[in-house]
Amino acid sequence: MAKPLKAFGEVLKNLFKKPATSQYPVKKHTPAQHYRARIKFTPEECIGCGICMRNCPAAAIKITQINPQDKPQTLPDGKVIPAKRKFKCVIDLSKCIYCAQCVEGCPKKALKSTDEFELAAFDKNKLQDEFKHPDETQK
Amino acid sequence: MPKITVPLGPQHPALKEPGSFLLCLEGEQIVDATLRLGYNHRGVEKAAESRNYIQAMYLIERVCGICSHAHATAYVTNVEELAGVDIPKRAKAIRVIIGELERLHSHLLWLGVAAHEIGFDTLFMYSWRDREMVMDALETISGNRVHYSMNTLGGVRRDITAEQVKSVLSKVEALERRIKYYIELATEEPTVIARTKGVGVLPKDEAIKRCAAGPLARASGVARDTRKDDPYLIYNELDFKLITSDACDVFGRLYVRAFEMLESCKILKQVLNWLPEGAISIKIPVKLPPGQAVNRYEAPRGEDVHYLKSDGGLNPARVKVRAPTLANFASVDYMLKGDQLADAPLIIAAIDPCISCTDRATIITPSGTGIMIWQDMRAHGIEFYKRKGIDFSKVKVM
Amino acid sequence: MDILWPLFYIAVYPGMFFLIAYGLFCQWFDRKLYAHMQNRRGPGCLQPLADLVKLLSKEIVIPKNVTEVRMFKILPYIAIAAVTTAALMIPFESTQSVVNFQGDLIAVLYILTIPTITFFLIGWSSQSPYSAIGSMRVLTQLFAYEVPLMLAMLAPAILADSWNTSDIALFYSSHPLLMLVNVIGLGVSLVALQGKLERVPFDIPHAETEIVGGVFTEYSGRLYGFIKLAIDMEMVVVAALINAVFLGGSFGLSGVWGFVLFIVKTLCIVFILALIKALMARVRIEQMLAFCWKYLAPLSILQIIISIIMRSVVWPNL
Repeated sequence: MAKPLKAFGEVLKNLFKKPATSQYPVKKHTPAQHYRARIKFTPEECIGCGICMRNCPAAAIKITQINPQDKPQTLPDGKVIPAKRKFKCVIDLSKCIYCAQCVEGCPKKALKSTDEFELAAFDKNKLQDEFKHPDETQK
Repeated sequence: MPKITVPLGPQHPALKEPGSFLLCLEGEQIVDATLRLGYNHRGVEKAAESRNYIQAMYLIERVCGICSHAHATAYVTNVEELAGVDIPKRAKAIRVIIGELERLHSHLLWLGVAAHEIGFDTLFMYSWRDREMVMDALETISGNRVHYSMNTLGGVRRDITAEQVKSVLSKVEALERRIKYYIELATEEPTVIARTKGVGVLPKDEAIKRCAAGPLARASGVARDTRKDDPYLIYNELDFKLITSDACDVFGRLYVRAFEMLESCKILKQVLNWLPEGAISIKIPVKLPPGQAVNRYEAPRGEDVHYLKSDGGLNPARVKVRAPTLANFASVDYMLKGDQLADAPLIIAAIDPCISCTDRATIITPSGTGIMIWQDMRAHGIEFYKRKGIDFSKVKVM
Repeated sequence: MDILWPLFYIAVYPGMFFLIAYGLFCQWFDRKLYAHMQNRRGPGCLQPLADLVKLLSKEIVIPKNVTEVRMFKILPYIAIAAVTTAALMIPFESTQSVVNFQGDLIAVLYILTIPTITFFLIGWSSQSPYSAIGSMRVLTQLFAYEVPLMLAMLAPAILADSWNTSDIALFYSSHPLLMLVNVIGLGVSLVALQGKLERVPFDIPHAETEIVGGVFTEYSGRLYGFIKLAIDMEMVVVAALINAVFLGGSFGLSGVWGFVLFIVKTLCIVFILALIKALMARVRIEQMLAFCWKYLAPLSILQIIISIIMRSVVWPNL
């Protein structure tokens, strides 16, 4: 049963084969379809239901309302504009475990997974991913 | 001959995780072995109690990196049992696909580690290269390579499309050819045979007595496989063989794992070709009715047992994980005795230990011997913190 | 000027400088081949030099338990010195070695055991359980491979009727077909060399998954760098020795063409050594002993008998 130098053919074959090593930093990996990496937040879509915050296993996502004093407005012609609450979001990338449960639970698709996986940083503060509402930045 | 004690661990190149094995040597022969675990206790079970059911699932998934799907599925099955729902068949089939791909990837990883322990780095590199195919297949289906996060309460999160089925099938077929080559290589190369045959012998009666699980038990002739004994998901409808070996040594474990990979390929082909139609998940309420559930799952390393207790609240009242490695560690000191020092890393690797899976609780015995009961442990804890200047004696515990 | 030549031989060629440079190159070549055989990319060609420079710039940590600190510090240099001395007695690119006397083959083989002995002492003085086990394994292994290696090396010498390495090389360059007689001996010595250079399948003294760094566990910084260097230089020297004894050395050439031939042939030997390394698993020490005494030693004795018969019966007046 024992055959000495059993791997000989395979070793010689591999000697002339192109190495299987992927040249990572030079050649980037193309992530698969459902890849879960950095989460993107679209503030205009958010309705502030808080499902993402409630279900986040790592408590990495924080959504806060930026206009607490906004009330329904009645225009002179009697039309009522409903109160539009605006939100901003801070995702702590150092806590996030990239399970994308928040993306799944979001009823308005305000949260999305992206392909961006190179998230390492030297400064921990840079890992606070902040998504400001466009109105907030105008002020 | 004088005896010397050689520490293998907590930090050692042969161990991928911290665990301490004190080997008492006479020359090169091991006369006694002492195990000490608990370097990797992370308090996952306690942490799960402060999270809701869906959060706890992602936490439980991270008990282990290799068999993350095994732990998550066992936990989710418990939740579904408590909720009293039967999940759609397609979801079950997808769980089986991920589970079997995971088994393939775990066994190929083990083959590489075992080859590395005996210094056969060529086999190590080849098997890890081909493991990339499984990882790619898993990435195609689930999105990511390690924590698949495929499960959700009441089903699976992502559906498998027809293209994905095709690409996974082609990878499985390519892999099957490679596995057949590895079986040939590992069972015919004389140096591998010399290093594995007759090493780490665990006779059948001893394996039963020490509650060995998984490939370790099957290599000792104990025909035990949860997929056959207590079929879960759709395993009762699938055609596969239970691989056992009477070799009782490391070679037998190699043989069992290698042929199990072929069986996994067979299962994958069956499921991928006849994927049931239908929904992939159903809704589960946020709060579960009070009750408790126990479920078993055949993880790549052996039987994984999960216990879940609900008190009707948002969070689980108690989660208990018994990883297969815990069952197998009892056999390690028996197998080590009488063998050579050179075989020790291989014998430890042959149970495919996952130490961070295993480290669920630590038993601290201050100076005497024996196991501490709860009150003793509490007294010890109070004493321990008192020495550090913190007084916990006023705190009442129910 | 006559005084400067020996200095040149010792310090530059074929001594220290050439051995270090070519040793590092051979290490890279070996690692690159090994990597390609495993379908990896392997290191860049300056990697061994970078490793060495890194080690040289690191702090030396000497454990408290070391029995004799001076010995602990000086042993790596002794290994390098022994290897360089042996190099002077082997013909490299020319037909004649620098130091040349009847019986230098035996001297080379003995001098080449000195690094092994220093490795034993290195481990023994380190006083760590891993290095102690490593040292025991070094000595046990020495007794296993040294005899077949010695016997296999003697067979070509018997056929060439000389104990002078340069003469043996010259003899085979004038009768190239006679090299075929020593094929068994060549095989035996290539396998035994894996033991001498402590490579898979005989890397038992520093099997990393068993005894961490083996004899070198407690070494660090510059001292460890020199140990690594000594092993690389030893590889060049034994490759040159095999080349001279079995493969006819430089085939009567010298100068540039002799140098090219030398490089090509030694790299071929390194290739075979890398191939053996890639094909096998590490064996246990008692399996290694059994293998060396059951197979290698009888084969080398067979080779000697063949050589004696060839010399005395077939071609008595070569």
